[in-house]
Parts: sequence; C-alpha cells; structure tokens
Amino acid sequence: MEWKKNAVGRLVPLEIDGKQLKPFEGAYADQGGGRQTGARICAAASYRDKMLKSIDEAIDACKIQDGMTIGFHHHLRNGDILINLVMEKLAARGLKDLVLAPSALFPTHEKLVSYIEQGVISHIEGSMNGPVGRACSLGKMKKTAVLRSHGGRYRAIQDGDLKIDVAFIAAPCADSHGNANGLHGPSACGPLGFALADSLWAERVVVVTDHLVPFPCFPWSIEGGHVDFVVTVDTLGDPSQIISGTTRITRSPTRLLIADYAAQFVRDSGIMTDENFSFQAGAGGVSLAFVKYMGEMMREKGVIADFVRGGSTQYMVDLLENGLTRFILDGQSFDLDGVRSLRENPNHIETNPFVSYNYHTKGCFANRVKVSVLGATEIDLDFNVNVNTHSDGWLLHGIGGFTDAADAQVTIITAPLVRNRVPIVVDSVTSVTAPGEMIDVLVTEYGVAINPRRLDLLDRLNKSAIPVLSIEELHNRALQMTGEPEKPQFTDRVVALIEFRDGTVIDVVRQLQTKS
Amino acid sequence: MSIFAQSPLHTVGREEKSDCLIELQLASSGGRAIKVHSSVQELYGNQIRITLESALDFFAISHGKLVIRDFGALDHVLKARIEAAVRAACGDQVPALLPEPRIALPPKPASRLRRSRLYLPGNQPDLALNAGLFQADAIILDLEDSVAPPHKAAARILVRNTLASIDFGRSERIVRINPLSSPYGQDDLLQIVAAQPDTLLIPKCENAVDIRSVEERVSQLEQTHGIDRKISFMPLIESARGVMMAQEIAFASERNCALCFGAEDFSADIGAERSQEGKESLVARSLIVLAAKAARIQVLDTVYSDVENITGLIESTRESLQLGFDGRGVIHPSQIRPIHDIFSPSAEQIEKARLIIQAVEEAKSKGSGVAALGSKMIDAPVVARAQKVLSMARAAGLLEPDRES
Repeated sequence: MEWKKNAVGRLVPLEIDGKQLKPFEGAYADQGGGRQTGARICAAASYRDKMLKSIDEAIDACKIQDGMTIGFHHHLRNGDILINLVMEKLAARGLKDLVLAPSALFPTHEKLVSYIEQGVISHIEGSMNGPVGRACSLGKMKKTAVLRSHGGRYRAIQDGDLKIDVAFIAAPCADSHGNANGLHGPSACGPLGFALADSLWAERVVVVTDHLVPFPCFPWSIEGGHVDFVVTVDTLGDPSQIISGTTRITRSPTRLLIADYAAQFVRDSGIMTDENFSFQAGAGGVSLAFVKYMGEMMREKGVIADFVRGGSTQYMVDLLENGLTRFILDGQSFDLDGVRSLRENPNHIETNPFVSYNYHTKGCFANRVKVSVLGATEIDLDFNVNVNTHSDGWLLHGIGGFTDAADAQVTIITAPLVRNRVPIVVDSVTSVTAPGEMIDVLVTEYGVAINPRRLDLLDRLNKSAIPVLSIEELHNRALQMTGEPEKPQFTDRVVALIEFRDGTVIDVVRQLQTKS
Repeated sequence: MSIFAQSPLHTVGREEKSDCLIELQLASSGGRAIKVHSSVQELYGNQIRITLESALDFFAISHGKLVIRDFGALDHVLKARIEAAVRAACGDQVPALLPEPRIALPPKPASRLRRSRLYLPGNQPDLALNAGLFQADAIILDLEDSVAPPHKAAARILVRNTLASIDFGRSERIVRINPLSSPYGQDDLLQIVAAQPDTLLIPKCENAVDIRSVEERVSQLEQTHGIDRKISFMPLIESARGVMMAQEIAFASERNCALCFGAEDFSADIGAERSQEGKESLVARSLIVLAAKAARIQVLDTVYSDVENITGLIESTRESLQLGFDGRGVIHPSQIRPIHDIFSPSAEQIEKARLIIQAVEEAKSKGSGVAALGSKMIDAPVVARAQKVLSMARAAGLLEPDRES
C-alpha cells in the first residue's frame, strides 16, 4: 500500500479497497472544475401506482442484490426504526456485502453490529457513532469505512464517489406520489434535507411513511418526481426519541461558564456587529446556553441577526419570535418548538446540505455565517480538531456538519479543558477531522486561546474581561491536573477514512489493539 | 478457602464521575492483589496502578486485596480514597498521604469581601475541580449537612487533599466542619487545620463556648504543626437559642470574621415553614446583623435555594442588603453574578464617593479644615462611607487603576 503525508502531516493511503484516494492538500486547495454525475432517466409515460404494501415488496421491487449500497437519512435520530427494520429484512434474505450509507447513526442502531459481524454489511459510508463505531474500531467491518460530513456526503453522491443503489426515505408525512416532508404526523421531525441527495441520485427511491395524506403533500421537501415507490408502515419510530419535548439548558456550571465566555468573546471581539451578523450553534449543552446568552447580549445592544443557523431549538425560535433574528436557516429540528416554528413561521426556512454545506457548488452559505460555535473531542497545539475518535482511540462519533460549519468566517470550538481526567487540549489529536487553518478560537472554562493566524481577533480583545491564554498554556494547565496520558495502541489496519468535505483524505482511523 | 475470608471488606468512595470506589481487604499473608477498572483504562490505567502500589507501600501494607472502580479521579482524589480505605481498615493512626505537587498557599488578605460564598458538598470531587473559576468571594467545602454519616470520614480526607491541590484562585477557602458536640467535629479539626484553610465555618453555634472550644483545639493544632497563619472563624447561627445568644457568639473570639445565618434549620427550630419572603426569620436576621455589627465583623445571609429563579434571588438579596448583610450563601455558580451586582457599589455611588474624597483632599491641600461638595458640607461619617464604598469597589475590581489615585 502506498502512503503519502498530507497537508496536516498525516500519512494517508493512496488506494484502499481498490479505490484511488487523494490526500488532503489544504482546506481550500480544491478549486473545483470536475463534473457532477447524472441520475438515471425515467419516463412518466402514464400514471403509475407507486404504492407498495410492505418493505418486503419494496425490497423485491428494487431488486436489491449482494454488494448494493443502501442509503438512509437520520432526521428521526435515536427514534428511528426504519434502518434496523430494512437491514433485518435484507439480512433475512441472506444478502451479503451491502454498503450502508446513512447520514448518521445513533445508539438505537446497535443491532447493526451483528449484521456487520455476519458480513451482511461490508462497511459503512457516511457516519456512525457509539456501538457501531466501536465495532469499526475493533476491525469488524470487512472493508474500510468512510466518514463524511453532511456536506461531504452530498458532494460524494453528486460527484459519483458514493453511488446509492436504493434509498429508503423515512417520511413523517407523504402522499401516494412520493412527495414528502417532515412537518406533520406522529413522527414529525422538521426538515428532511439530509435525504435530498439520495432522492436525486439513488437508482431507486422508496419513501416510507406512517402518515399518508391525499395528494399533494406540500411543502414537498422530497419531490415525488424522484420517487419510485411509496410504502406505509404503522410507525416510523419513537416520537420521544425523534425530538425532545423541550430542550433544557445544561445546569453544569462549567459548561455555562464556557458558553458565557463564548458569547462574551463574540460580543467583545467585534464579531457581533449591528449589520451582517449571523451565527450557528448546535443543540449540545454548551451551544444551547450560548444561544441564550447571545440573545441576551443582542437584546442589550440592539443587534438583529440576518439569520441564525440551526439545528433549531426553542432558544433559536425565541430569537426569531422576539425579533432578534430575521430568519432561521434550519437543517434539522431538535425539539417541538423547532418543528412548530418551521411549520408555521415563513421566516423559519428548511435547508438541505446542498444550499448549506456542499463545497462543490457555486456557493453554499456555510461561509456566509459570521461565527460558528462547535464542540470537539480533542484539539491540538496546531488547532487541528478531532470530533470522531476519543483520546483512547475509539471511533465514537460521526463528523455531522462539523467540517462544513467550520467554514464560517470565525469558527469557535467550545470544550471543557478536561473531561473526567481526559485532557481535551492535546499535543497532537488522535485523528484529524478538520485542519487548524479552519479553527480560529478555542473557548474553555479557563479562558480562550486564539489561533495565531487570527491575531486580528486577539487585538480586538484587549478590553474584554475574558482570560486570554495561548493554547500551549491551556495544554500545560490540563496536564498539570491530569498527568500525561498514555497513547492508545493501534494495529496497522486502517478501519476508516476521514474524508474532508472536498473528497480528499484528511486522516485515517486504525484498528484498536485490544488487550485480552 | 481464600486467605481473605477472615478480614472484613472496606468500601470507600463513589461510583461517580471524577471519583472512584475502592474496596480494600487486608490479609496476613499472600502478597498484594490489585485490580484496576477505569473509565480511562487505556490512558491512565498504569498510572493508577502505580499510585495504588506506592500508596500501599506508604502505608506498609504488604498483604491484601484492593479493587478500584475509577471514573476519572484525579491523583489527589485517588490518594484520598485509598487513605480513607486504609484508615477504615487500620484505624485512624495512619499517617497522611498528601498529594503532590501541592499548590502554593495564597496570601491571606487583611480584609475581604464576602458577598458570595459557594457551598460545595465535601464528598463530591467533581464540583471542586473548577470551583475557583466562578469568582465567588468564598468557597465552602462542606463536611456537615451535605455529607451523610457513613461518608464523613472519607469526606474529610478528600477535603484535606482538595485544599492541598486545587487552586481556588482569589476565593476564600472555607471548610464547614461538623459541630464539636457531634462524633465528627474533633476528627475534622485534626485533618483540616493542618491543610490551612482560610476560615472554618462552625455550624449550629448556640453560645460562646461553642466557639471557644473550637478555638482552643485549633490553637493547639496550629502550634503542633507550626502554623503561624491564624485560621478565621465564621459562626453559623441556625437556631432560636443561637439567635438569642448572637451577641456573645459574635464577641467570643478574635478569630471571628463574620456571623452567618442558616434559615432552613432556624425555621424548623421555631416550628415555622420557610417562606419565599422570609417573614419567619426577619427578626432573627436583624438580631444577628446587630450582633455582628456591634462586634465590628461582617454578617452573611442564608442561601436562596431556588436555583432557577434568578428574579426571586435578586429580590431576596436586595432585602438582605437592606437589612445590613454583607453577603449571602450560594448553591449554584449562576447565583454569584446577580448577588455581586447587588452587594457591590453602583457606578453612581463610586463616582460620588470619588468626588467626595477628591474634595476632602483638595481642601486639605489648601489647608482648609472644611470640605464641601457643591453647596453641601462634607462631614466625617460621609467621608467614612465614601472610603468604604471605594475600598469595596477596589476589592470588587470595579475601580480602574488610574482612577484610584
């Protein structure tokens, strides 16, 4: 196997499983110029009844065979039962070497581990976490997994790097033509954007719904013109796990302090401006508190954001309803308020990874976002960030939208300095998800560290009350508390590629050497 | 039959994050068996084993079985838990296994603000790690009400090690001991005095003797350990009897720096329900304020227990200020900032005080004995109040350096 050192100093293979790979050359080295792949041309020669009676009928109709790639979206999160259900039926038919291509997996998908062990699934392309990630770390996948960001997954499908044979689209609301959205029905989840690429490029598209409405289902996040079959099921999943009733802000004093510092940083560094202000924050404990504090500071200073970027939560909806932002650009809803607002408020806009995150476009809005606040499992002295593996080497998380959202004009990482004795600021991250050149600021409970590439931000902070340290100082401080950790032991085998949003390989994950 | 069968198993610690559970069973032969289970096995498993081995060496334990279930405990916690297990097995005569490196003892200022004092349960190591980051004027490591009797012994070792290894920044380091009348108070002093907290919070004070008996023992221990930095006292009054004796309690020791009021125990003691507006304790709080001010020490109000209700906290704290209190207790760091805002002088107060002092100094330099601000004459109590406002502002970090002169 031939290897090459890439632009973040990581050795990556030039070929794996017979596929040619390109090493990462820099966050913006790829200037485009390639061609998109084309989808199969069908013909609407006459009215066709797309309704099928069961998942089994859909599997028959799609002629699923060994080695095919099956796509799913993750808008139903930990409440999803469709992925398990479809894979169970495919396993029961004795199919082998399937490629599972979900936009994300959750702990509820632990069952897939047995299909990986049985060889039903040869590997995963897209995202995985928890139990399935652990199985991958142990080398249980026959082939090499590929981790992609949300924007990277869209790009890979559009560019033909990831060819989806059959897409099963869980649709909380759909009609018999295949038009679908996530706004209504017992499994309502908000946007359905993660399924868009699947619907446009998969050879066969199956919409599965537990809430069939008369034609037309509108708005149509998924357009029926791309859909081959529609199947109704009793339920798509557990509503309480799809979205939470309410999202509650953390009570952890440390996390609240980090959120407070992050908001103060945005205010004091002049990022929060009267015009052209926008921000992105997720639904983690720190992010929710950040959104709340940011709202308070905007109100105090009379700032109205052009837009805020969800995952939407009640705290974002509060901003919209109180006139503190003109729009929410929403990729996924995390609570009931998010879904309600998307359904009712014309300024709460559903987005998909093409408009928000995809690097191979004539412009996605990720780089119009003024400031992005993101979490991480590790960050190193070069500001390289790891969101996939833990310091002990286990692959436990997908990329989510991380690498895409880090395209914002200012990217802030919020993380506690130490999590249960594990230092978060390390000399070199276990695996690189995003290069330090995209990361501008680290905010911890001990203060902020600013990437030396952004001395402009440092200059603007001199009147702020937030403690400013170098990342080396934060690193030393962490080690004083925890002691120097040992490094995990890996075998030579690469179990997963971490793909950058432009399709190059930024790092690999290796199989863990487990002590017997 | 196992060689361990005869000796009892001692269990210490908690299966919680940043903590560990240790099981120790001594034996008379057969060597040592150490089993490490840890949430950070791959990263720190070997270091934990080394810490345990050297701890057993330190305590000269050659035979027995030790099992640890660790959830990311830092070194000073590991050492506290193993020492507590050894104490449970061997009795209290064993030497102290202090963590290394130890933090430098912060200097003890002559006077300090005590607007907020953050209570932390003494047996929960995770809460103490970052406690110094929240800018509370004081941090209380509690050995009393928040620690259940079976954990008292382990908690005092943990608190001792915490004082030795955690930097609480500019926060005053206070330990709430158990009353000397309880089975735990004496042992608390034995471990805690050596670790040199700034202040002891003495609960359930009802008369001067309660203070003097602590003082006697603390002085002895300070002498034994050669400590010349005197530990201050904060008597906590939380009963009807204590309130009626507040005056003698306040005057009982030179070490007293503040009186504290505890509303929960007090309302139970007088048979009243504790209310939001606190009518049931109004007179008691006023008596305590008078006693403390008569003794020229500070006086600190009780905690506000509804963490979510910041509006209620602000209202209640405004009342504390109005009654004459200098600060109040805090059970969550989110309560600190609103309380500091109330107990700190406002920008207008600071500006006015600055003008008063300026006028007095100008008058002095002109050789005039009488200063005036506008048409108003400035008399001595006004100057004293202005000086107090400025010194509070300085202590609260509200004065820019160039404005101080």
